[in-house]
Amino acid sequence: MAILTSLIKKETLHVLRDTRTVVITLVMPLALLLLFGFAISTEVNKVKVVAVTENFTDEVRNILQEFQINEYFDFIGIVGSYEVEEMLRAGKTDAAVYLKTDKGSLDSQIMVDASNTTTAQTATVYIQNILARQQVSSNVLIRTLYNPQLKSSYNFVPGILGMIFILICAIMTSVSIVGEKENGTMSLLLVSPIKPRTIIFGKLVPYFLLSCIILGIMLAISYTVLGIPFSSSVLNVIWVSLLYVILSLSIGLLVSTIVNTQLTALIVSAVAFMLPVIMLSGMIFPIDNMPAILQWISCIIPARWYIDAMRRLMIQQLELWMIWEDLVILAGMTILIMVIAAKNFNKRK
Amino acid sequence: MNEGIVISDITKSYGKTKALDGVSFSVNEGELFGLIGPDGAGKSTLFKILATLLLPDAGRAFMTGLNVVDDYRKLRTEIGYMPEKFSLYQDLTVKENLEFFASLFGVSVSENFDLIAPIYKQLEQFPNRLAGNLSGGMKQKLALSCALIHRPKVLLLDEPTTGVDAVSRSEFWDMLSDLRKHGITILVSTSYMDEAKLCERIAMINNGHILAVNTPEKLAESIGETLYNASADDMFRLLTELRGIPGVQECYTFGATLHIVAKKDFSPGSTIEILRNKGLKNVKIYPAQATIEDLFIKLMQNDQQ
Repeated sequence: MAILTSLIKKETLHVLRDTRTVVITLVMPLALLLLFGFAISTEVNKVKVVAVTENFTDEVRNILQEFQINEYFDFIGIVGSYEVEEMLRAGKTDAAVYLKTDKGSLDSQIMVDASNTTTAQTATVYIQNILARQQVSSNVLIRTLYNPQLKSSYNFVPGILGMIFILICAIMTSVSIVGEKENGTMSLLLVSPIKPRTIIFGKLVPYFLLSCIILGIMLAISYTVLGIPFSSSVLNVIWVSLLYVILSLSIGLLVSTIVNTQLTALIVSAVAFMLPVIMLSGMIFPIDNMPAILQWISCIIPARWYIDAMRRLMIQQLELWMIWEDLVILAGMTILIMVIAAKNFNKRK
Repeated sequence: MNEGIVISDITKSYGKTKALDGVSFSVNEGELFGLIGPDGAGKSTLFKILATLLLPDAGRAFMTGLNVVDDYRKLRTEIGYMPEKFSLYQDLTVKENLEFFASLFGVSVSENFDLIAPIYKQLEQFPNRLAGNLSGGMKQKLALSCALIHRPKVLLLDEPTTGVDAVSRSEFWDMLSDLRKHGITILVSTSYMDEAKLCERIAMINNGHILAVNTPEKLAESIGETLYNASADDMFRLLTELRGIPGVQECYTFGATLHIVAKKDFSPGSTIEILRNKGLKNVKIYPAQATIEDLFIKLMQNDQQ
């Protein structure tokens, strides 16, 4: 125990004396979170919309009023149906709503400029939401659950969490362990009587604590600045995130047993983990839209399961037992990687 | 059972390259033993095997009676290992490094301080300096202190004097002689031939096998050849001319002069005459004392044939 304490103390000193790394590891998550939360947004504001209508029933009037008040829309006015196509082509409007009352019931049609698919999809959902609220007699009633305004931060926060932890944990642990290999101090640790698992533990604990701080900061920002609805589910979010942190740390450990220089460790951790996490974890691109082979590959990416779990816990606010699949897979991966890494760690060749 | 080091028939290959090929020798308890050989001879590989970091492909090795392969757990408390580079935590201070390595072995710095005191003396002035900011000689002393802090029975020093200034080098060897008083068995490797004579016994290693093992004096005597020093104004021409003279068996540069390995019919006087006639100035040829380096050159040449 005394040995473990001094290992942890030593590792903490390494981290604290390397001010630059500390700053990067604390600032990078913040920057990414704010960047994705605000700047890179798939939300659509000020959708230009025109209406085509002949009969001004109360229903129609309410709908038009809603478009005028709603800040997501920029209501251009009522136009003739012959003008719509020309206006869409010229970019004078993004969408057109046809409202037609036939025998007392309201029929509607939406026409959207889909040259930007994201804008088009989002705009359609907005318009449908407004119509649905007014159109009592309509056959189709759409309700967008959990994220009615389709805020993109809801979508990105779980993704960013999934990316940050794998990046920071894997890079920090692998670089620090491989650094000791390069420096020769790892041989001194290995020839000392302490057990390899104590060495591993002494390495992982300080980075685990640092990750906890990062998790705290990220959650604080997510629940305040980015407006993720706060509820008791935050505890579940923390438990699952800690599991994911441990998984990421063991991935870093595994990398360190395979590569021999800090530079390779950095490249492997950054390229081999960041790209799949961005492309295949469902962080940005929905997994269901991928070709079958990529969907299969995405199954081995830990971030996929973590991000899925986070979406359900943070946004849908489900209970832990409802995401048992994600939990079992994450825990299984953690144990598997830990065992392989620990076996590799002390192999005398 | 020898309580020092016993190495028998150790073989180790990296892929197709044979780093060690049937290495055998033993070191007595409390002996200062040198392993001399050029870079790439296999010295570090042997040290790693002894330090229980690598497994030999074949052969056995014992230290303080413990097998390096089977009893490695127990053995690790008995040995002090100083790898090729001074492996210290560069971003920790002198004191933090020492305390950390002491804690790895579950000892306190104070209980074994008497052992390292003569070595640590110079470092005591700046206990809070980062190890990375120390000079080569200071790093070497700190690394040695860290390797000794748990009072090992066997000390393995892999090229401890490489990259260190001449003064620090000689100080270091003085420290090693002092350590022998504590009964510590010391195996030290070096590629500096002049350090060989500071050991009690040495083993010469080249291309993964041992060429000779003995005391430095006996080895130097064993060369069994008459050696001469030769010098002239134009050293390069002297070398080429000497190599053409029938009585010269071998001629090679040795420090600032040349060493001639003479055949029986070699006569210094007539050789000087021949060389003068060829236009060389200030030619001097006089008997030389054979050294370890001469032997090494001879053994290496025999080895290659």
